[in-house]
Amino acid sequence: MSAAVAIDRLEVVFDRFRALKGVSLAVQPGESFGLVGESGSGKSTLLRAIAGLSPVTSGTIAVNGRPLGKRRDKAFYRQVQMVFQDPYGSLHPRQTVDRLLQEPLAIHGIADGEKRIQRALDEVGLGSGFRFRYSHQLSGGQRQRVAIARALILEPSILLLDEPTSALDASVQAEVLNLLEEVRRSRGLTFLMVSHDLAVIAHMCGRLMVMENGEAVETLAALDLATRNVSQAYTRRLLVASEGFAGRARTG
Amino acid sequence: MSGAGDTLLQAEDLRVTFPTRTGAVEAVRGVSFSLGRERLGIVGESGSGKSQTGRAIMGLTPPHARVTAAKLAFDGIDLLALPAAKRRALRGKRIAMILQDPKYSLDPVMTIGRQIVEALRAHESVSRTEARERALEMLAAVQIRDPGRVFDLHPHEVSGGMGQRAMIAMMLIAGPELLIADEPTSALDVTVQLDVLAILDRLVAERGMGLIFISHDLRLVSSFCDRAVVMYAGKVVEQVPASELRNAQHPYTRGLLDCMPRIGADRHPLPVLERKAEWAA
Repeated sequence: MSAAVAIDRLEVVFDRFRALKGVSLAVQPGESFGLVGESGSGKSTLLRAIAGLSPVTSGTIAVNGRPLGKRRDKAFYRQVQMVFQDPYGSLHPRQTVDRLLQEPLAIHGIADGEKRIQRALDEVGLGSGFRFRYSHQLSGGQRQRVAIARALILEPSILLLDEPTSALDASVQAEVLNLLEEVRRSRGLTFLMVSHDLAVIAHMCGRLMVMENGEAVETLAALDLATRNVSQAYTRRLLVASEGFAGRARTG
Repeated sequence: MSGAGDTLLQAEDLRVTFPTRTGAVEAVRGVSFSLGRERLGIVGESGSGKSQTGRAIMGLTPPHARVTAAKLAFDGIDLLALPAAKRRALRGKRIAMILQDPKYSLDPVMTIGRQIVEALRAHESVSRTEARERALEMLAAVQIRDPGRVFDLHPHEVSGGMGQRAMIAMMLIAGPELLIADEPTSALDVTVQLDVLAILDRLVAERGMGLIFISHDLRLVSSFCDRAVVMYAGKVVEQVPASELRNAQHPYTRGLLDCMPRIGADRHPLPVLERKAEWAA
């Protein structure tokens, strides 16, 4: 069986800046794979390169066994959809939820739109009461649910998740993470998820790759994080940082 | 540690009200706490009123909003009765505030050095050369390795962590007694976060300042502060020693702690917070 996403020595260069320095990666179908790193590590660039939003300088990307060319065609976007970090910036402010969800259906010429919109809204726990609202009438968590519904409406097999909960409160984050796990289980989706939060990745993903400065530091199983079975100093630093402030000797 | 004589700030029944077309909205609804020379964390989710509490103390509430309190006193001075000019003299000199994102809170067209010098000369009459020297010293105190170089840089030329250090330098140069830090590290990478907190920790301890640390991050507050005030819907639901946050009593605090994913805990699905109407009552 071919990998859902196979990336080989991918390079992304912006002007003279090498954002990705030859990163390779294979994600199996049905797997949930995490990318962790700090800002500038290239984790989002990698995700955007798959979606066709970052210029690929060299290297190859294959999705479900098919190598991708320079342009992504419609068939690609029926397999791969993306959810972005900022629920305030990723929804059109002057379109209702209904209109937002109609758009991908219209682009792909899908006939049973009505049924799909109902199903997608139910699936993300919004119900039809939200269908004719504008995004400014929704909370951050509700907006992210709409963004997930929009990604699901084409019934893709792969979801690219770029920090889907980092703009949300902790309690709302838990709800959205649970929702994502549920749709992954019910639809048998493959996840490729980016986060700066090790705990979120450890919770959501089976395997993960730690990135720094456009390079892969190491690839781990989520269990390795729990048992502290990491080999690189950088990963260890991230682990320590995720535990909070390690109080030096207090004076006064 | 905050005995009666050592109280820096006292708030009793603090309220911040915003008039809107559909009636008055109370963002802060009767908050009471006192602060000594200690690190007090105010935690809560967005909309809990934690930032508006900090802004009300600083005197940065938007002009159309109304601030009332039975008592809001800083070092015995009634802040609400104070004329604007006196309040202004206090702000930045004795009470200072660090904001979340250095990208938006530093002046983009002014060098970092000039901004720090400006902050100092607004409150003390010192010569240009002395101001420059003190700014350089302060930059060194926030562990900027090459203060002379950073002094002449514009904010867009430095990283987020460096910008936040410059901001701390600017806020501490006038020697405030109370520092309000509103999510000072939320815009920073996790590893940089700890460096900035360590600097804040050291300076607050050395100078014997009181610190109000406003954050949504319970993990950070429980490990960084001495005491924690938990806010929900504009009210204080609980006050606990920060180290005891893990054993907090209020169901909101417990729920908030519980719903965060933890490395090594296999909890699927995550417990979610069940909000109760009586918490906001």
